[in-house]
Amino acid sequence: MSDLRKIKVNGHEVEVSSNLTLLQACEAAGEEIPRFCYHERLSVAGNCRMCLIEVKGGPPKPVASCAQNVRDLRPGPEGAPPELFTNSPMVKKAREGVMEFLLINHPLDCPICDQGGECDLQDQAMAYGRDGTRYEENKRAVEEKHMGPLIKTIMTRCIQCTRCVRFATEIAGVDDLGLVNRGENAEITSYLEKAIESELTGNLIDICPVGALTSKPYAFNARPWELRKTETIDVMDAVGSNIRVDARDREVLRILPRLHEDVNEEWISDKTRFIWDGLKSQRLDQPYVRKDGKLTPASWNEALSVVAEKLNGTPADKVAAIVGDLVPTEAVKALKDLMVAIGTPHLDCRQDGASLGGGSRESYLFNTTIAGLEQADAILLIGTNPRLEAPMINARIRKSWLDNLSLKIGLIGHQAALNYEYDYLGAGPETLKSITSGEGAFFETLKAAERPAIIIGMGALTRADGAAVMAETARLAAAIGAVKESWNGFNVLHLAASRAGALDLGFLPGEGGRDLAGILDGAQKREIEIVYNLGADEIDGVRFNGAFVVYQGHHGDAGARAADVVFPGAAYTEQSGVYVNTEGRVQMTVRAHFPPGEAREDWAILRALSERVGKTLPYDDLFALRRAMVEDAPVFGRVDHAPGAETALEFDLTKVGVAGSMSDEPFTSSVTDFYFTNPVARASKTMAECSSVMRGAAKLAAE
Amino acid sequence: MLEDKDRIFTNLYGLHDWRLEGAKQRGAWNGTADIIRMGPDWIVQQMKDSGLRGRGGAGFPTGLKWSFMPKEIGERPHYLVVNADESEPGTCKDRDILRHDPHLLIEGCLIASYAMNANACYIYLRGEFVDEREHLQAAVNEAYAAGLIGKNACGSGWDFDLYVHHGAGAYICGEETALLESLEGKKGQPRLKPPFPAGAGLYGCPTTVNNVESIAVAPTIIRRGAGWFKGFGRENNAGTKVFCISGHVMRPCNVEEAMSIPLKTLIERHCGGVRGGWDNLKAIIPGGSSVPLLPREICDDVLMDFDALKDVKSGLGTAAVIVMDKSTDIVRAIARISYFYKHESCGQCTPCREGTGWMWRVLERMAEGNSTTQEIDKLLEVSTQIEGHTICALGDAAAWPVQGLIRHFRHEIEERINQYRNDRPLLAMAAAE
Repeated sequence: MSDLRKIKVNGHEVEVSSNLTLLQACEAAGEEIPRFCYHERLSVAGNCRMCLIEVKGGPPKPVASCAQNVRDLRPGPEGAPPELFTNSPMVKKAREGVMEFLLINHPLDCPICDQGGECDLQDQAMAYGRDGTRYEENKRAVEEKHMGPLIKTIMTRCIQCTRCVRFATEIAGVDDLGLVNRGENAEITSYLEKAIESELTGNLIDICPVGALTSKPYAFNARPWELRKTETIDVMDAVGSNIRVDARDREVLRILPRLHEDVNEEWISDKTRFIWDGLKSQRLDQPYVRKDGKLTPASWNEALSVVAEKLNGTPADKVAAIVGDLVPTEAVKALKDLMVAIGTPHLDCRQDGASLGGGSRESYLFNTTIAGLEQADAILLIGTNPRLEAPMINARIRKSWLDNLSLKIGLIGHQAALNYEYDYLGAGPETLKSITSGEGAFFETLKAAERPAIIIGMGALTRADGAAVMAETARLAAAIGAVKESWNGFNVLHLAASRAGALDLGFLPGEGGRDLAGILDGAQKREIEIVYNLGADEIDGVRFNGAFVVYQGHHGDAGARAADVVFPGAAYTEQSGVYVNTEGRVQMTVRAHFPPGEAREDWAILRALSERVGKTLPYDDLFALRRAMVEDAPVFGRVDHAPGAETALEFDLTKVGVAGSMSDEPFTSSVTDFYFTNPVARASKTMAECSSVMRGAAKLAAE
Repeated sequence: MLEDKDRIFTNLYGLHDWRLEGAKQRGAWNGTADIIRMGPDWIVQQMKDSGLRGRGGAGFPTGLKWSFMPKEIGERPHYLVVNADESEPGTCKDRDILRHDPHLLIEGCLIASYAMNANACYIYLRGEFVDEREHLQAAVNEAYAAGLIGKNACGSGWDFDLYVHHGAGAYICGEETALLESLEGKKGQPRLKPPFPAGAGLYGCPTTVNNVESIAVAPTIIRRGAGWFKGFGRENNAGTKVFCISGHVMRPCNVEEAMSIPLKTLIERHCGGVRGGWDNLKAIIPGGSSVPLLPREICDDVLMDFDALKDVKSGLGTAAVIVMDKSTDIVRAIARISYFYKHESCGQCTPCREGTGWMWRVLERMAEGNSTTQEIDKLLEVSTQIEGHTICALGDAAAWPVQGLIRHFRHEIEERINQYRNDRPLLAMAAAE
């Protein structure tokens, strides 16, 4: 598709694709081009004029290298390759001039600016600017704008590059930002002084090249060079966004996105980014044992003894274990091995009761892969609101929708406000059934599509008839030929970071074992006496009714409240752990800082307990444990690999779900409040603020 | 002197009937269908042969511009857009064409659109032109009613629709790509080029944007022959042109004259000369406020055409001649022009957004004398930092008058600075330390 062209940059000949911009071509030749408005993932504005370069033979003025393509270059005399210069006097003068203009109205408040140290303007002023100012007039001041609880604005610092406006309109799909007025009165505004109604607003902070948009929660907290940066994985949803955790001492001070083209590109959701204050509050920092009806602090020794005694004194059949949403797979593996050693089959990793797992791996994964959505030509959403459940996947669908004019999107379930157009097909299983039976125009769309993708969400699977809905969806997938060689259009959108990994390990009821409902029922009937709760906080604690509950987790939330013994675990930033995202991609977190107080790594707690119970687990360190995991499920041996359609031909859709009758209850999304989906989020003040602001906005919109 | 028989705009002063009847009596709509029957290529060739250069200011050869349009209509329709957003200070030629000779423009639109395979044409009218819009719209309605435009225009078999669009009064919308943005309903900000409008213009379709005068002269050129038009003016600067003379002359006026007429002749013959005589002349801005001014010495013998004015580092622009006699405070005048460009900058590109305000503020002080001689060099450098560094030419337009001022009247600025300092002994002392 791209033909190569020879060009000369500063006299050196390079061969580049003619689709590249001059800026990219110069970079390919190893030249650095300063820029402010240009951003690879946004449309080209060409307005900052910082990237000016000289093109030989063109008009006697510099050219904005971000806005011209290599293919538009005219060859020199006798077909000589076109010549570009990035170091000529003309370019130097242009850069100095533009830099001077940018700075004349920019406040000299670097010492109190949070962008300091990672500011494009600061860096480029050093590299390309003049030594001093010649501006003797008064500087311009711009009024602050209100942009919600996450973004702090100091608009006087704004250089009108319009990256934020383009991000909001193009990537986030909201029209809340714009450039008003003209000339030197031009300013970026949120028009109505309201919060930006998007779950991606935090990215505005990253793309702002100056200190105009900065993080409100992080304001005046630290300088970038003080922070210890750890590259790790996010667990707020099942996407597994790649993040960088910046910590100082034992505190996470901010979370930034890390580039991963196949997962989150370079964006992250607001929950991922601003969750960090939740890591500091409501923490379980020491073991607790319930005495006289009250949880009282205890030593590790005491707590482990109490639990070991209880486990040893209870028939294996009366012990059950459940796994929550944020748990690393190592802990799941350790818990499973311990329970198997004790001899109980009552295991479940689906605290929401989703009808998933047991079958082939494809039956519970997002097989199209996130990046694969860009190739899809028809997408059907069933019982899901991706905007709230997985903002990164939603952003990818929007990207695909923008790039591909012929992409058709249909939705069965709650008619949510998504940032792309879709055909609303109906509310519940009846609609699904009618489409499966070949009715309606959308069936034809799916059928005609070369690469259709069906995305089924937890809203459709956590119901009593979830298995039947699953089977019906699989039938539809088969009917439209969604699964074929090199394309697998059957997708399950998980919500929990630990779910796919736990399913891979088979943390499911064994032979004769009870599932979650069975365990809860058993607890009611006193048939289950001990429940080992590994971080499941979405279950109402009262439902354990009388059973002895051991809670292992990091936050004092629903799970800890209902517990008889609490083991303080580490959060995702505090331990190295493997997570499998909804695509089946194995990724690893890295410890960014140590857990608070006496809290310990999850797998180590279980290892210690196993020793007390007399069923010592056969691994002494994390590596041995991981080796054991790989033996159990070879998928864990391949980090950062999403299987996608590799095994599409072996995938038998008829074995997915259990055919049965479906109720006509409409599907709803499992996420009602994006900002409160897990115990960390519920402990975060920032998230609470976002939630109340967004609810207010939703209410206003409804009126 | 251009003879009356050679004038294209025979109702420039509105003395006759501007409506269809009157226009027809003056020759408009005469044999339009025959012209169309000659085919697009022939029309474009005629325009090329005539040597007509765009009348909007840049002077790009009109015929050549027309030939850039794709020869066949592809997937997307073609458009002709007429730039009637005449906002350059000093310029008022299009205005008189619009209100006194609208039919010449409408006929030109039909011929030009046909030559470029466009079935639709938009006239983007300056927001402040209210009377002009009423005349133009009435003329368009007449033309529709008479079957001159619309389905099977003039019986030629060509379907042609003409829309008059009223702008909101922003100078920047006279820049062709900003005009297209505005026409599409967006904020009037110039686009990046390439792609050029001939490739992707209005709604992404091939589009040609022409000035009112360029289009309005086309029918007459074709009727009377390219050779006739080429007979006026010097080589490469052919034709007749409407000059707008304002300022310190006895009788400011619009007048159609042959190109390459000496500036002095133009003023003496048509405007009754400079107020107080030629010797009372201080400077002339020959082509609308954006071009550098010329001091009297140059005005004495300069010719009014593209190349001659370029040679003296100015430009013909829109041929709006602004005459300033010796009573003029030339620094203040340029400061005022500078204010205009600061006010009209769209704010997109950094140099223009920030630089125009800077230049204006410095000039305001210089008009008082509150400055230093070193600052003149700084001002000149700032103006060169703007010129050529922006997306559109507004940056250049803001820089040129300032450069012209410094080039020719530096001594006057210096005198004023010295005067200011002499009046303030303490300031002079401070400077000496």
